[in-house]
Amino acid sequence: MLVEKGKYVRIRNHLLKPEERDKKLPDSTQKVPFKSWTKGYLNSEAEMYEEATILTATNRKVTGILKEVEPKYKHSFGDFVPEIHSIRKIILSEVWGDEDE
Amino acid sequence: MNNLNLDKLLKDKPRIIKNSVGLDYNKYELSGIGFDYEKMMNDSGLTLDDVRIIQNNSMVGNTPLIELKNITNYARKFSEKGYGARIFLKDEASNLSGSFKARRAAISVHIAKQRGYKGVIAATSGNYGAAVAALAAKQGLKCIIVQECFDSSNVAQPEILEKARACEAYGAEVIQLSVGPELFYTFLDLLDKTGYFNASLYSPYGVMGIETLGLEIAHTLKETEGKFPDTVICTNAGGGNLTGTARGLKKAGADKTKVIGASVNLEGLHMASDNDFNKKSFTTGHTGFGIPFAVNPDRSDVPRSAARPLRYIDEYYTINQGSVFFITEALSVLEGLERGPAGNTSLAVAFKLAQTMKEDEIIVVQESEYTGAGKHHQPQLSFAKNNNITLKFGDVLSEKPGKDIIFPKSGKNIDINMIPLNKIKKSYLKKYIDVELSDTDYDFLEKELRLNKNKIMQLLEEVKHERKKR
Repeated sequence: MLVEKGKYVRIRNHLLKPEERDKKLPDSTQKVPFKSWTKGYLNSEAEMYEEATILTATNRKVTGILKEVEPKYKHSFGDFVPEIHSIRKIILSEVWGDEDE
Repeated sequence: MNNLNLDKLLKDKPRIIKNSVGLDYNKYELSGIGFDYEKMMNDSGLTLDDVRIIQNNSMVGNTPLIELKNITNYARKFSEKGYGARIFLKDEASNLSGSFKARRAAISVHIAKQRGYKGVIAATSGNYGAAVAALAAKQGLKCIIVQECFDSSNVAQPEILEKARACEAYGAEVIQLSVGPELFYTFLDLLDKTGYFNASLYSPYGVMGIETLGLEIAHTLKETEGKFPDTVICTNAGGGNLTGTARGLKKAGADKTKVIGASVNLEGLHMASDNDFNKKSFTTGHTGFGIPFAVNPDRSDVPRSAARPLRYIDEYYTINQGSVFFITEALSVLEGLERGPAGNTSLAVAFKLAQTMKEDEIIVVQESEYTGAGKHHQPQLSFAKNNNITLKFGDVLSEKPGKDIIFPKSGKNIDINMIPLNKIKKSYLKKYIDVELSDTDYDFLEKELRLNKNKIMQLLEEVKHERKKR
């Protein structure tokens, strides 16, 4: 998929291969590459998952692999957690007493 | 592409740090192991009054100090007659950007602007990023925030994603990294390439900004209650919060106020582990930062950290994750204050400690933080469940970080552990057991550890003895 120049995108870089990483890391960290993600505007049209250059919010030119177009914020207030309601009931009844008392 | 050359960056580190903080740390060095801490802290040319004015001009500081009457009454239900101190909360969420970190950022960004830097950079996954970004926006400076964010499966802590969003909302560029201490090299590389100011949490500016927090607490209570607080409790991670608050209290004359540190217990989780990264439910305010930064304050991003908690801390407690979530809910439903969980670490400890204090005593929880999507107990607990962490009710002290989160069955069961300070001080001294220490060195250590020479010598002997046994 070709992405047009000027689109707001996210790119990814492998900054260090596993063998280039700091030598004093836990195994699970040591065996994976060290990566970075940056957002910005495409400097020229680019193919998805190919090399692309962006202009970031501080006007830096950064090159990396084009991973996402118009990246959205995916974090939320999460799933319903029934334990929170149990905590709430404990607190309210301990402070104000039970309603049917 | 944009690979990092670790060896080269390490070699260039002194030059990069000197240029980016604008401080020559060499001039504070003493012969031997120490440095002149007070000289470094007083060398900025800013008085505490200047700091206050800079902050107030940026909508930072003068936050409300609220008496948490319902939480206090709740704690008193579990106290003996005549006990149950009054709990006050400094509502730092009311600062620009939603946390006390704005106090630190205000000073760093002011210095950056004054010295003609075009932008600022901070390495932080926490509230400090949003604070630097917001203050930089106000000063018309560029801003880059570097975050440790994703594990190798590209899963991020929800709280950190929210912080990235906040930074971007203030116009900053956010660079997100996978897990690992090499973040520091990325940070150095950016400082070098951009020539921006290093808005370090650990520079004198980063800590000086918090002195007003201690000062305000002392002044407000003196005015409204006619006395200084008996105890002030600080959530402790990098140590700057506690250090700055304690210094501010002292400058206000509140030198009898006890200063207590509180951290979430994350024992057993390795902070540099890709595997453990998303098993924790707190990304700050925990022992994974609190203890190593107390033991070795100069492990930070500047040669000499201004955050030196052992110089000020009177007692240090840990609390489990489940109790902090419990008290976060209590703050919401009893006081109508919906605040972020990490900032409530010290509140959870205060809830327990208040029960052991007399009812006319005052304990001040010196911070709160904003809350929102990702950064709230519901998404954080929901995230924990998705990472196969078991949520249950039971004995809070038996919680195993990374395996379960245990909520108390009653407010009565919230419990804490005291970390013996001499244990931390011994860990601090480990690096010196093979060093021939001079009088200047002992003098420095006496200030660092608040112990006399004899006690230091005794602890050094104990450390040597323990090493031999091993």
